[in-house]
Amino acid sequence: MSAGSNLSVEGLRTHFFTKAGVVKAVDDVSFSLAPGEVMGLVGESGSGKSVTGFSLLGLVDAPGKVVGGRILFKGQDLAAMSDEQRRRMRGSRMAAIFQDPLMTLNPVLRIETQMVETILAHQALPRAEARKRSIAALERVGIPAAEERLSAYPHQFSGGMRQRVCIAIALLNDPDLIIADEPTTALDVTIQAQILHEMRALCAGSGTSLIWITHDLSVVAGLADKICVMYAGRIVERGDVDEVLDRPLHPYTRGLIASLPSRSERGQALYQIPGMTPSLLGLGEGCAFRDRCPRADASCLDSPPERVVSEGRTCRCFHPHEGEPS
Amino acid sequence: MAVFILRRLSQSVVLVLVMSMLVFLGVFAIGDPINTLVAPDATEEERQAIVVHFGLDKPLYEQYGRFLGNALRGDLGRSFKFNEPALALIAQRVPATLELAFASLLLTVVLGIPLGLYAGFRPNARSSRLIMGVSAFGFSVPAFWLGLMMVMLFSVFLGWLPASGRGTTVAILGIPVSFLTWDGLKHMILPVINLAAFKLSLIIRLTRAGTQEVVMSDYVKYAKAKGLRNGRIVLVHVLKNTLIPITTVLGLEFGRTIAFAVVTETIFAWPGMGKLIIDSISVLDRPVIVAYLMLIVVMFIVINLVVDIIYSTLDPRMRLEDQR
Ligand SMILES: Nc1ncnc2c1ncn2[C@@H]1O[C@H](COP(=O)(O)OP(=O)(O)OP(=O)(O)O)[C@@H](O)[C@H]1O
Ligand code: SF4
Ligand SMILES: [Mg+2]
Repeated sequence: MSAGSNLSVEGLRTHFFTKAGVVKAVDDVSFSLAPGEVMGLVGESGSGKSVTGFSLLGLVDAPGKVVGGRILFKGQDLAAMSDEQRRRMRGSRMAAIFQDPLMTLNPVLRIETQMVETILAHQALPRAEARKRSIAALERVGIPAAEERLSAYPHQFSGGMRQRVCIAIALLNDPDLIIADEPTTALDVTIQAQILHEMRALCAGSGTSLIWITHDLSVVAGLADKICVMYAGRIVERGDVDEVLDRPLHPYTRGLIASLPSRSERGQALYQIPGMTPSLLGLGEGCAFRDRCPRADASCLDSPPERVVSEGRTCRCFHPHEGEPS
Repeated sequence: MAVFILRRLSQSVVLVLVMSMLVFLGVFAIGDPINTLVAPDATEEERQAIVVHFGLDKPLYEQYGRFLGNALRGDLGRSFKFNEPALALIAQRVPATLELAFASLLLTVVLGIPLGLYAGFRPNARSSRLIMGVSAFGFSVPAFWLGLMMVMLFSVFLGWLPASGRGTTVAILGIPVSFLTWDGLKHMILPVINLAAFKLSLIIRLTRAGTQEVVMSDYVKYAKAKGLRNGRIVLVHVLKNTLIPITTVLGLEFGRTIAFAVVTETIFAWPGMGKLIIDSISVLDRPVIVAYLMLIVVMFIVINLVVDIIYSTLDPRMRLEDQR
């Protein structure tokens, strides 16, 4: 991968070994991210977006296991690291923000405790110094009266403010990468847009790469530099955000774009991709999208390989659209 | 907080009043104590004199009124049997019972919470299975059976531990306690284990269940994602949350322990309240029974209040100031 990349993932596979069988939640996923770059990871529910994020963090719980691939983070191979080294990485070099801050912040601990501990887990600092940094981080994400709010508990914040607290926690140790897993899904649309915008500015300023996981294509359209479209554990299409959105190659990406509300005429029923997401349990050979794909034919009974279309642009399909606008 | 406590106390007054009526009625229904009070060879006049002396000829409501009036002055009547104030009689026995109750509570907390945490974190380990198996035993075995078995094994066969009494006591602030002498401690071991067995099993199971639930929670995953060390995740993030339900149960169990120490005190001839009440019931010593039951009611009220206060300090969402 290019020398300037912050993160490069090659052929990542994370499988869950359940009693009912093997679930290939992440199956041969590759992408790379430069410093300051924002990547949208888009896909339907259950497509493996969160598991991808947890694999990067090294937090896949049993019965799940990373069974293949390579993750290079700042040039270091994460698989070669000890548990302690990975712990030191988490929360400092590589931070995470999750969907529902009411569930992710510990309800019985003050915000101060939850911020200060994040700093002290990674460096020996006097408490007062860690506290000062926490206040600065809260101010950075636009929380008014930061010093007072530090002694509050999570339930005493509004939803939007709570998520800002989580963003502040992510920024505490100046990470090189932030993995944001549907961080605004629980919020209303105006606050979503505002937070997205601020996040982007904060990351650009510090050279932090950002992976923004969402099931909503429109969220990343205006925000991301790159986009990965995930389907059934695989990245089916990846590339520059404008290229992918303007000239989608994969039939699934096309379907996603067509089903955006802004695309349809007023009063016209929204387009919906026919069929349902397949179960990942015991998913056999062949393109996982073929039951729903208008272009499917006999060749799709084999698994389509990831084909590099141009620099940083890939597609997994035997019969891609040839660059006609969406 | 002050408002909450005041309001709670005023509710408690009503509760105590209602309970006193129920207790009085209930004890009245048990039977007429006159036959136990009067010697079998007493004359009819002597018998009448005693009935009048104890007010047993008055209608029920009048007896209750008199009882209530006296109770407000701190007088819960005199024991028929010992001819001593009932309250003083019970008060003498309270330290022995409390000593057992506190010791068993301590054992429960010190052993139950760590074992439960361990079993919760490593549910599939063989040691966890052993812990759960033993706790299932402690959970289901009746206290009297366990007590008798322990006496048989440790006192009769092995002769390691004494089976009855408090042993040598020393006085702290005029209150005799056993736990400060070696002999007293040896006397405490079996009764404390007997009294703690059920609670301990309960707390192990509760802690394990709570831990397993919390470990799966998003905020523990988030704590890991922040790169916290395992020790901190367990002791702060997990424990503080699992302690919330445990506190409530411990509080209620503590009340139960005191109220139902009867069985253990009887088996081990421990001179506490439980033994006194059993003796009093067998001779229908009404004032003692009533005083004891009222004391238990008050004790439960106090324990509940304390539990609520601890609860609110542990769970900020339940802060008492926030409640109207
Ligand atoms: N603990 C687990 N045991 C078995 N399978 C699991 C487990 N966790 C996740 N999976 C499987 O992994 C797949 C991907 O899950 P993941 O949470 O990554 O989806 P997602 O794309 O994040 O969806 P969502 O939008 O709903 O968050 C799911 O189909 C799920 O069945
Ligand atoms: S490989 Fe075949 S089934 Fe799969 S998306 Fe392409 S055309 Fe459709
Ligand atoms: Mg998810």
